[in-house]
Amino acid sequence: MHELSIAQEIIEISEQYLPQENTVPVKSVKLKIGKLSNVCVDSLQFCFKLLTENSSLRNAELIVQIIPVRIKCSQCNKEVELEENIICCPDCGSYDVSIINGLELYIDELELDDEMELNK
Amino acid sequence: MSIKVVERKILEKNDIVAQSNRKAFEEKNIFAINMLSSPGSGKTSLIERMIEFLRNKIRIAVIEGDLQTKLDAERIEKYGVPVTQIITNGACHLDAILVKEAFLKLCDYDFDILIIENVGNLVCPAGFDLGENIKVIILSTTEGDDKPLKYPLAFLKSSALVINKIDLLPYINSSIEVIKNNALSINPRLKIFETSCTENIGVENLCEWILNIKSENKVQN
Repeated sequence: MHELSIAQEIIEISEQYLPQENTVPVKSVKLKIGKLSNVCVDSLQFCFKLLTENSSLRNAELIVQIIPVRIKCSQCNKEVELEENIICCPDCGSYDVSIINGLELYIDELELDDEMELNK
Repeated sequence: MSIKVVERKILEKNDIVAQSNRKAFEEKNIFAINMLSSPGSGKTSLIERMIEFLRNKIRIAVIEGDLQTKLDAERIEKYGVPVTQIITNGACHLDAILVKEAFLKLCDYDFDILIIENVGNLVCPAGFDLGENIKVIILSTTEGDDKPLKYPLAFLKSSALVINKIDLLPYINSSIEVIKNNALSINPRLKIFETSCTENIGVENLCEWILNIKSENKVQN
């Protein structure tokens, strides 16, 4: 359940971006999560909901974009998106590859609900 | 209204402390090893055997990570090396901040190798940089040969794989070759060792490799 730690960090970072004395609720927090990054999105949603109950993020939706695994093969120099987690070039079979995408764990955007006031 | 945050790393705070740990280790010429595995794979036994082999050659200290007890630290204490226990109270992994606090408790001692035994778990510890030089993953033969495929991140981020409990191979349906092939399909750069802690097989190869990369001062993170 490292998702609890990740949810805490998301909240802490998000709050740094909100205006002081914020009265506008956060509508959504957009994340980029790589397929290889070991994050269970359902657990993350659950932890986020639990931790934001009494904050300006309480109605915020976590919108997760899953980033597929993409590699560059050192043998045939091709960039390929992988279907499975076998980190091997599907074209030439080489394991001598570098991972370009799939390990992301980023916050990308916060969306505020301008039409709503936060009930404090 | 939307506020662009633009690819701000969620684990940034951990990574900053991990970098400061790395710098602190480097300044004292300490080589730090983060040991990952599932529960019961034999991490503590392996560390005991490693201490037996290494203690006349190099100074060792140990940070033990565990959910609840001090049992592992008590085991290591008997070998006369500096050890401190982190009890996570249920948290499933060590993070850089916990390791920083534990390292401060060891600052009265001089040592060359710091072994960090992570919480037994193949998922969460893989995501948190502690500032170590290398991660070593331990997989016991009883866990099944498909584990590398099921927990790719931990294998991807490790420099070495220790296949432990090889003495049990005659009694179980598990193949060393399949474990190796599966692990190398995730990470072809993995250095692989086969060990048995009960029969004290193979630990010296692992220790020699560690001494070797420490002397070459290779930071392999």
